[in-house]
Amino acid sequence: MASARRSLNVVGKPLPRVDAWGKATGRTRYADDLSLPRMLYGRLLLSTQPHALIKRIDVSRALELEGVVAVITGRDVPVRYGIMPVGQDETALAVDKVRYAGEPVAAVAALDEDTAEEALSLIEVEYEPLRPIMSIEEALRLPEPRIHDYVPAGNIHRLASLEFGDVAQGFAEADYVREDLFFFQGNTHLPMEQHSALAYWDPAEGKLTLWSSTQTPHYVQRALAKALELPENRVRVIATPVGGGFGGKSDPFHHEICAAKLSMLTGRPVKITLTREEVFYAHRGRHPELMWVRTGVKRDGRITAMEFQAFLDGGAYSSYGPATTYYAGTFQTITYRIPHYRFQAVRVFTNKPPCGPKRGHGTPQPRYALEVHLDKLAHDLGLDPVELRLRNLTGPNEVTVNWLHITSNGLRQCIERIVEASGWREKRGRLPYGRGIGFAVSAYMCGAGLPIYYNDMPHSEVQVKVDRSGNVTAYSMAIDIGQGSDTVIATVVAEVLGLYPEDIRLVTADTDLTPIDLGSYSSRVTMMVGNAAYEAAMKARQLIFRAAARELGVPVRRLEARDRTVFDRRDPSRALPFAEAARLAEARFGLISTIGSYRPPQRLGTYKGSGVGPSPAYSYSACAVEVQCDPETGEVKVEKVWLAHDIGRPINPILVEGQIEGSVYMALGEVLMEEQAFRKGQHRAPSMLDYKSPTIKEMPPVVSILVETDEPRGPFGAKEVGQGPLLCVIPAVANAVYDALGVRIDETPITPEKVLKALDEKAKGGPGRVGPERKPDFAFREPTRVERPPGWPHYRPHEEG
Amino acid sequence: MAADLTGRSNTVAEATTKAPVRLLVNGQPYELLVPVHRTLLETLREDLQLTGTKHGCEVGECGMCTVLLDGEPVLSCLTLTVEVEGRTVTTVEGLERGGELHPLQKAFAQMGATQCGYCTPAMLLTAKSLLDRSPSPSEDEIREALSGVLCRCTGYIKIIAAVEMAARQMGAPDSVA
Ligand code: FES
Ligand code: FES
Repeated sequence: MASARRSLNVVGKPLPRVDAWGKATGRTRYADDLSLPRMLYGRLLLSTQPHALIKRIDVSRALELEGVVAVITGRDVPVRYGIMPVGQDETALAVDKVRYAGEPVAAVAALDEDTAEEALSLIEVEYEPLRPIMSIEEALRLPEPRIHDYVPAGNIHRLASLEFGDVAQGFAEADYVREDLFFFQGNTHLPMEQHSALAYWDPAEGKLTLWSSTQTPHYVQRALAKALELPENRVRVIATPVGGGFGGKSDPFHHEICAAKLSMLTGRPVKITLTREEVFYAHRGRHPELMWVRTGVKRDGRITAMEFQAFLDGGAYSSYGPATTYYAGTFQTITYRIPHYRFQAVRVFTNKPPCGPKRGHGTPQPRYALEVHLDKLAHDLGLDPVELRLRNLTGPNEVTVNWLHITSNGLRQCIERIVEASGWREKRGRLPYGRGIGFAVSAYMCGAGLPIYYNDMPHSEVQVKVDRSGNVTAYSMAIDIGQGSDTVIATVVAEVLGLYPEDIRLVTADTDLTPIDLGSYSSRVTMMVGNAAYEAAMKARQLIFRAAARELGVPVRRLEARDRTVFDRRDPSRALPFAEAARLAEARFGLISTIGSYRPPQRLGTYKGSGVGPSPAYSYSACAVEVQCDPETGEVKVEKVWLAHDIGRPINPILVEGQIEGSVYMALGEVLMEEQAFRKGQHRAPSMLDYKSPTIKEMPPVVSILVETDEPRGPFGAKEVGQGPLLCVIPAVANAVYDALGVRIDETPITPEKVLKALDEKAKGGPGRVGPERKPDFAFREPTRVERPPGWPHYRPHEEG
Repeated sequence: MAADLTGRSNTVAEATTKAPVRLLVNGQPYELLVPVHRTLLETLREDLQLTGTKHGCEVGECGMCTVLLDGEPVLSCLTLTVEVEGRTVTTVEGLERGGELHPLQKAFAQMGATQCGYCTPAMLLTAKSLLDRSPSPSEDEIREALSGVLCRCTGYIKIIAAVEMAARQMGAPDSVA
């Protein structure tokens, strides 16, 4: 495919990102920077109750307030929607019932923000409180009151139960078996930009336009059409540059639909920007997750079988939960060969803001559990934890026991580089008391192999247009959320056409103007948009080369494009400026406008649940973390992080490093500080002051190591980097704390209180562990038995052309 | 304690009390009549259309709204417009000089110190005020100076590197390595 053997001109070079200048001058327009003539300001009234029936809503006083133009409640927007076809359980405003404190129940549009806010206080809502369900245990134990009645039973949202191979046989072959329990606390994305949307209904055209800070304009378009009962082609969504997403702006949101509805009712543009507090309620962040893992090994550390159970706290709505449920058990197998594997998960509803995808979507929790569990296993066996992993690694070009197809795999190189760079062998177990080093590995997908809603169309399409001025425009629905998708598209197109990224004009993220891209989620953009851009640019180049070849009198195959010039490789003096070649091509072929479409390869698995996990490729990471712990205060200070990432090939190394550093930062927040916690049905700290996250002062140095494996399916060999590197940092910190102090904190975040408690317990002769004590009493249904790939691990699928 | 979910603040009646203010923004003099409770953030973004100044909380917790008041960083969301009568305000739009970008802007772009870019205006202005008073700051000084501005994307590493690079380029060759 797009893997290139020739020397590259702009791919792999540390060039500034194409949107850097707009961002460094304050010119980039984010959603809340937009305004339109006669625009109204919208605000949402939030439920004060975590779980209640709405007995009455009276908006008459609000409507009487001068400056208020419209007020809506749930009855005005009653159509259900949701990001996943199986999770159509949301309404833009609560209808008859509220399911979490902070859920919007009414919306106001007014001439200015102060009036809108004043109007909120004039809306009377009468609630009849129901018992709130606030934890996994409660949700499993209490079938009543039910948060939703569309699920078959009680407050159980989704279930998964699969077995690959024969776990009983695998455990029978084991010399040693260990089991552990872990809890991963929920946390939130905390993008610096609050969500914001500006809607404009044009009654003459019967058309709605929404500018929104969203990662998924296409899915928002679909949800708006559904919720507002409009034809999809009468809804235009323009994603504005996203001021931080991390997964938190991947769902269709209340304020988007309310702004649209208010605009339709008033005939005026309406903007709603969430307050910071509302951003905490919008959430869709990390699921709190209780996990149990049991592994059988041979004396030498080779895994014979594994069982993994996960209990996910989904909050009040589905969101991406059906996928998250499977992600709890899907990727354990892409780092390690597990001959017999059983995975069971349950996602419950609780009366809290809905959980969803946060960077790493559903996989940081199980990765944390798995990597700490393996660290303990290694200690039990007297093995170096690195050695234990090396004995179980997957390799390139293999199919996992759950039918995931690994192409390139640089995990072994990542581990070797980390061991070397961090001084692991010299440091592990040898540092003075209080200082420690920890290690872990991880892997992630390069784009979900299946779309959110079933269809057999491409996941990503790019159009490239070359005009007679030599100007090149690339059209793509991809939205830059800071990860650098604009730069990836521009770099790929520029490389193919012999231009520079700054030469490429971009039209992006507009459902009217740009061809499909499903969105900036699941680390799919470099792989999918990159390949589509490559194909479109290659087709344009072909036309330009054919025209230039005739003019220069050389065969097409001898032409090359570089430095804005098309030239004969053998005799570079035979050359045309790119713009001249473009004019010749237009004269000969008409408009130079070409397309590329990307569709991920067919998945190999056919069992129910096999839709979650397949990806064109997987990225790999390994990490070592050195910590200094204070046994007096319990404080954990991260001194240094080494992170090696199998990137395939970097499209732009500055962007890659930036994603690694940002991932490390976010992981450190999750493992040491951050928690989305609740008390008496209410969010404990819906403010940045109370929601503790790392500042510039806590950020340690990070050594980023890029491992190149030249992924055959990636554009120019590239793989993802936006999410994978986060995963291994969290368990590496936990393992480092053990190396430093000899205590195990099996529950995030690792706070000073927990460290002190574990030390105290250890001093009293206990095991020195803080973490969950009991697995909930829950009977999973018998797992569906899935045959392993024949001849596993040596099964080779038929490669696509 | 439960959060106040209705988030009360000013009434509409209060909003009608206005006061005249003169201020100098990015070298340009303005005379405005603003409601007395109007924040500098609102005045900059809404009245003057200087949307380069961002907001992330509007209650003084994130630092996104940082601008320079007589050269010193302040949180514009906590500053009332009437309080800045007669003073000089610099926003990100005022960093360029005669079409030439400030060395910090160039360094941020070149070093990859901006990802989503939302914190960038506040980071740039805070760093400018640091370099204006301390042309070759140590890494610790940079961390200290920037600690009031949150960034959720970069892990801060490239931001620190960009400030160091700008310091070097602004003629302080012995800046921290
Ligand atoms: S907007 Fe957050 S501190 Fe001003
Ligand atoms: S670059 Fe996104 S918040 Fe700093």
